[in-house]
Amino acid sequence: MTAALEARGLRREFGHVRALDGADFDIEPGEVVALIGDNGAGKSTLVKALSGSLAIDSGELYSDGKRVTIDSPAAARALGIETVYQDLALAPHLDPVQNMYLGREVMRSGLLGKLGFMDHAEMKEKTQRAFADLGATVRDFTAPVGAMSGGQRQQIAVARAAAWASRVIFLDEPTAALGVVQTRNVLDLIRRVRDRGIAVVLISHSMPHVIEVADRIQVLRLGRRVATYDAKQTSMEELVGAMTGAISQEEAA
Amino acid sequence: MTTATEPDRDAAAVDEEKPKSTLQRLVGAQAFQILGVLLILIVLFSIAEPDAFLSINNFRNVVVNVSILAIIGVGMTFVIITGGIDLSVGSVLVFSGVVAAKTMEALGGQGVGVSIVGALAACGSGTLWGLFNGVVVARLKVPPLIVTLGTLGMALGAAQILTGGIDLRGAPTVLTDTIGFGRLFGQIPYLSLIALAVIVIGAVILHRTRFGRYTYAVGSNDEAARRVGVRADRHLILVYTLAGFCAGLAGILNLAFFSSTTIAGQSNTALNVIAGVVIGGTSLFGGIGTIAGTVIGLFIPAVLQNGFVIMGVQPFWQQVVVGAFLIAAVYVDQVRRAAASRGASTRRSLFSRFSRPQGARRKEAQ
Repeated sequence: MTAALEARGLRREFGHVRALDGADFDIEPGEVVALIGDNGAGKSTLVKALSGSLAIDSGELYSDGKRVTIDSPAAARALGIETVYQDLALAPHLDPVQNMYLGREVMRSGLLGKLGFMDHAEMKEKTQRAFADLGATVRDFTAPVGAMSGGQRQQIAVARAAAWASRVIFLDEPTAALGVVQTRNVLDLIRRVRDRGIAVVLISHSMPHVIEVADRIQVLRLGRRVATYDAKQTSMEELVGAMTGAISQEEAA
Repeated sequence: MTTATEPDRDAAAVDEEKPKSTLQRLVGAQAFQILGVLLILIVLFSIAEPDAFLSINNFRNVVVNVSILAIIGVGMTFVIITGGIDLSVGSVLVFSGVVAAKTMEALGGQGVGVSIVGALAACGSGTLWGLFNGVVVARLKVPPLIVTLGTLGMALGAAQILTGGIDLRGAPTVLTDTIGFGRLFGQIPYLSLIALAVIVIGAVILHRTRFGRYTYAVGSNDEAARRVGVRADRHLILVYTLAGFCAGLAGILNLAFFSSTTIAGQSNTALNVIAGVVIGGTSLFGGIGTIAGTVIGLFIPAVLQNGFVIMGVQPFWQQVVVGAFLIAAVYVDQVRRAAASRGASTRRSLFSRFSRPQGARRKEAQ
């Protein structure tokens, strides 16, 4: 199987700090890969590089086996890559439908569309269907998302990414600051997105969530991938060991 | 995980909250509440002075007084929804009127053609000032308060340089007789019809088109808008340009109505318009607002002034009362925003704020 997205030897320096020091990464379609590592291990930098928010100094990127360059968020979107940022990036005063289609509005056909009129009915219907397909627990499609719970907002952000992504979704700390029920909803949502054949990259500090929802776990340390584990056959101790440098798989290779 | 913590239970309760009905939403909107206030004012003045206040002539006076401010208010609503402000509109109005008067004076004559060229000159000058505001705000990242404070002085100064500080009175008679004082069927002032057209077009653009949607998005979270590919800077420039165009249009109408460029008479225009926009429920912090609210918000000061004059109350009281309205409107907006950021869409009106102790709703939800 070819990787939905693969990175080889990514390097990026900020002054004297090597944020990425030859980092590798790969994910296959329909797979949840968790990206873990201590603070400063390079998780955020790697995600930014893969989603086009940050230029890399050197390294190669492949999508479906073809060499690609991802030098802007637009380039990432064109490849079917969507990112859900930690701060959600929703407009709080807009409703779920408006957020879903922000920047991608469906216009009316003919002259009205040319004049800038939008097809509200079409957007609302498609949003409701997309949310229903993913089992998102958002019931009110006309309230501003700022008035909704953190869990609902997270679901809207994930559902939006899932609706537009054809290959890969990056989720940066999707369960941080969520309650128990809401976390459960978001994790269920991640599984359903994966079941559609989309690759999901999960960045999280929560080891129980990572082990629960991920298929594979890749560990970053000091700007490079130091280990990859099958989530079914690993333990919290092993992961923490790899994160802190007590255990290492790949450095020898 | 045997015991859920307090915030978890709260959040779960919110997750199951039922959607609000259209009626609840309408009643909860600040524009709707302020409409109630306006109607109460009208009823009070009508009871106090049934003959003088409740006449068609008087009503027409109030509408005409609001018309020019409402045109500026349409542009201002867009600007404030983006989280910005435009202090320069009064000066831009004067400058546009001066340019129009100079242009028509140079062309000579009292004809329709001259008037149209004058109108285009006014709208063009306003648009250019708006474009300048927008470029400096969006590209150079200078705060809009400062940019438009600067252009407030620049536009007024430029108008005074052009005229030597003396008001021009060179409006063609065809302009003053039709747009200035003319009435459709002898009843409806053309000035107000033009204002109505601008209000309707503005409301359609704001509430039905993608341009309007982006206006809310940029004001709500400009970073989010940028990340999904909205060209936020370009949009800001267009919004300020629109506000400048509205001020320019108001400039030619002002010239037609007063037959004067009113150089010294517009120092409070921007603040009056901003007060109306804010009283009408548009949030100074961006992301919230309606054109209808702005129109209602502009009627309140006008009705107060008119009513006080008729009742023989010192008209200075109008400023005191409008000031209090303004503070109350922003207070309600703050309460609303605080409620929204807590993730609870409960308290939506000024009235419910006082109707229940703070913890009551949460306890019921558990």
